Amino acid sequence: MAATEQTIKQVNKLGNSDYKYGFSTDVDDIKPPKGLNEDIVKYISAQKNEPEWMLDWRLKAFSVFNKMPKPDWAKLDIPDIDFQDYYYYSSPKSLKDKPKSLDEIDPEILKTYEKLGIPIKEQEKLAGVAVDVVFDSVSVATTYKKQLSELGIIFCSISEATKNHPELVKKYLGSVIPIADHSFAALNSAVFTDGSFVYIPEGVRCPVELSTYFRINAMNTGQFERTLIIADKNSYVSYLEGCTAPMRDESQLHAANVELVTLENAEIKYSTVQNWYPGDSEGKGGIYNFVTKRGACRGNNSKISWTQVETGSAITWKYPSCILQGDNSKGEFYSVAITNNRQQADTGTKMIHIGKNTSSKIISKGISAGKANNTYRGLVNIQSKASNSRNFTQCDSLLIGNECGAHTVPYIESSNSDSMVEHEATTSKINEEQLFYCMQRGLNSEDAVGLIVNGFCKEVLQHLPMEFAVEAQKLVAISLEGSVG
Amino acid sequence: MLNIKDLHVSIEGKKILNGLNLSINKGEVHALMGPNGSGKSTLSYFLSGKDGYEMERGSIDYNGKNLLDLEVDERANEGLFLAFQYPMEIPGVQTSFFLKTAINSKRKHHGLPEIDALEFAKLIKSQAQELDISPDMLRRDLNVNYSGGEKKKQEILQMSLLNPAMSILDETDSGLDIDALRIVSEGVNKLRNKDNSFLVITHYQRLLNYIKPDYVHIIADGKIVKSGDFSLALELEEKGYEEISKTA
Ligand SMILES: Nc1ncnc2c1ncn2[C@@H]1O[C@H](COP(=O)(O)OP(=O)(O)O)[C@@H](O)[C@H]1O
Ligand SMILES: [Mg+2]
Repeated sequence: MAATEQTIKQVNKLGNSDYKYGFSTDVDDIKPPKGLNEDIVKYISAQKNEPEWMLDWRLKAFSVFNKMPKPDWAKLDIPDIDFQDYYYYSSPKSLKDKPKSLDEIDPEILKTYEKLGIPIKEQEKLAGVAVDVVFDSVSVATTYKKQLSELGIIFCSISEATKNHPELVKKYLGSVIPIADHSFAALNSAVFTDGSFVYIPEGVRCPVELSTYFRINAMNTGQFERTLIIADKNSYVSYLEGCTAPMRDESQLHAANVELVTLENAEIKYSTVQNWYPGDSEGKGGIYNFVTKRGACRGNNSKISWTQVETGSAITWKYPSCILQGDNSKGEFYSVAITNNRQQADTGTKMIHIGKNTSSKIISKGISAGKANNTYRGLVNIQSKASNSRNFTQCDSLLIGNECGAHTVPYIESSNSDSMVEHEATTSKINEEQLFYCMQRGLNSEDAVGLIVNGFCKEVLQHLPMEFAVEAQKLVAISLEGSVG
Repeated sequence: MLNIKDLHVSIEGKKILNGLNLSINKGEVHALMGPNGSGKSTLSYFLSGKDGYEMERGSIDYNGKNLLDLEVDERANEGLFLAFQYPMEIPGVQTSFFLKTAINSKRKHHGLPEIDALEFAKLIKSQAQELDISPDMLRRDLNVNYSGGEKKKQEILQMSLLNPAMSILDETDSGLDIDALRIVSEGVNKLRNKDNSFLVITHYQRLLNYIKPDYVHIIADGKIVKSGDFSLALELEEKGYEEISKTA
């Protein structure tokens, strides 16, 4: 049997039973009724004991959302979403009184994290990673807070930040992604439940990787996190985000907003590994992932770098972007997107060059298998004042089998003649001869595919922090394996 | 070890192997010589289980098993190794990582745990040194931007690390300068023992001065037309393929 053919077969075998993270935890939820209306917005705000200004902000966003059409330009087959059919708030009951330490956390929840491979207790001990965990809507535990606070670093849930650091939240929330940006941004602003907040003060280099794991647990819960990261002058932070969700028959909606701000000479490195439930092999269930991630390089010489490995979700619609406002600022986007079975991904980036001497780099690797569709959609916009700016874009697509698709849609807009934009794109099929060679050395066809695809993605994976890179490599292999053994 | 009987193989309707018989016992080295296009690479690919060939007739017994029942990776893990005439480049995959993955695949097949990191480091270092492969080389992507000679040495390194029972060397000598030829041959000779076997495919008698075969076979139009000992290689060098095939 041809190695590719075999791979296709294995890939096709990928039923929902193969989703390693498809278990759900039995905890009592507290939920208001299904549906989206002003009362729910008020309910969420009240649950979080939010100040008046935050409730007003939410209500404004909600009225904007009601007036907006859904975006429809992405190359995705999006089933109509009935916004009234979701729960907008879900909080495990035992968290009503927020735990003071990990010992107070429902052991069921801790077990869930262990199954996910992130034992919090272990991670607490293991130097180097501070974890802020979001379980459905409430931030469960934040570790390392003390060490970080000695450096003046704020790392907490966005709800806490609203209470304890209102001046920072008021100043920056919605400053990168305005409420009216598009309908999912407005929806998120109205009903966001939790997420992370990071502030790195001037001159501080954050000594550990900050990390959040998101997990959607409760059935039919739309999860709307809101993350805000601010790197003040001359500071640096590396932030990791990992996501997993249990499998369900009904699709779950996820519309996160992530805002990053770098001031002069500051740098944020934001890495994501996303393996949310992709739905079964017929495309049933799975997460609809409509994420808005945007960073503003406000200060001169500042830098924002996005690295993402996207292997999950039924539908992914995501364009981490950089607004290069400061002179000499830099934006980078490194992406691996893998789609299998009936997954659809429409992902890419937007690089908006506003300041002088700004530069951006885009490396995108798309892998499609099964009947999946994978689209890179990227915008490079060089504005008239962005003299002497540069962009380099490279998009490579790899196809496994004959029924999948890869599309590259670059939009290049330059209103500046002394700037330079370079775009390279390739599409290839997985090489049978390479597979044969690997298998002649004893690798089974799954391992051979995993090895070759990881090699294909190396330029991106090497930008992930060490401990994440290893996990990502395994994930790349697993998501193409279909079934192991 | 390997017993091929009346093998008929075609590609895309074109007959390539035409009633080939070849029997190799444990501990033997066989040389297979023949002109371009006579079917040497086809035989080695077919034995390794490459896709795209049609077998019309024949049987292949490998250590008491029907070779054709085994998948490509199973054949490899059961000790069948092919040193490729044109080794593949695998971009983004570090050579040493590839070697470790191959070793561990074989160990897994035989129910052994993964090789210890330190043990692997020692093993690869000593083996590479013997083949005059620099440690630097092992950190590069597999075969990417290797010279022709470096690729061939890499094949022999993989062979010595995997320690196969049955090795097929497909024109490993072509493209090698005299020093590389000596190093590669020494590598092969070091592996030779009473339990393993080699099928050395070559155009030239030159290689056989270094790797002394027990038997020499001449292939033409997909079948073996003459077999003998080392002296047949010398005779071939003198008379050429056409003459020899005629007297067969
Ligand atoms: N994939 C293929 N499709 C069609 N013909 C092939 C293919 N591969 C090899 N051949 C033909 O088979 C014959 C034998 O080739 P090969 O086994 O490579 O010869 P050798 O290794 O002895 O030089 C040649 O005529 C060659 O053109
Ligand atoms: Mg050949």
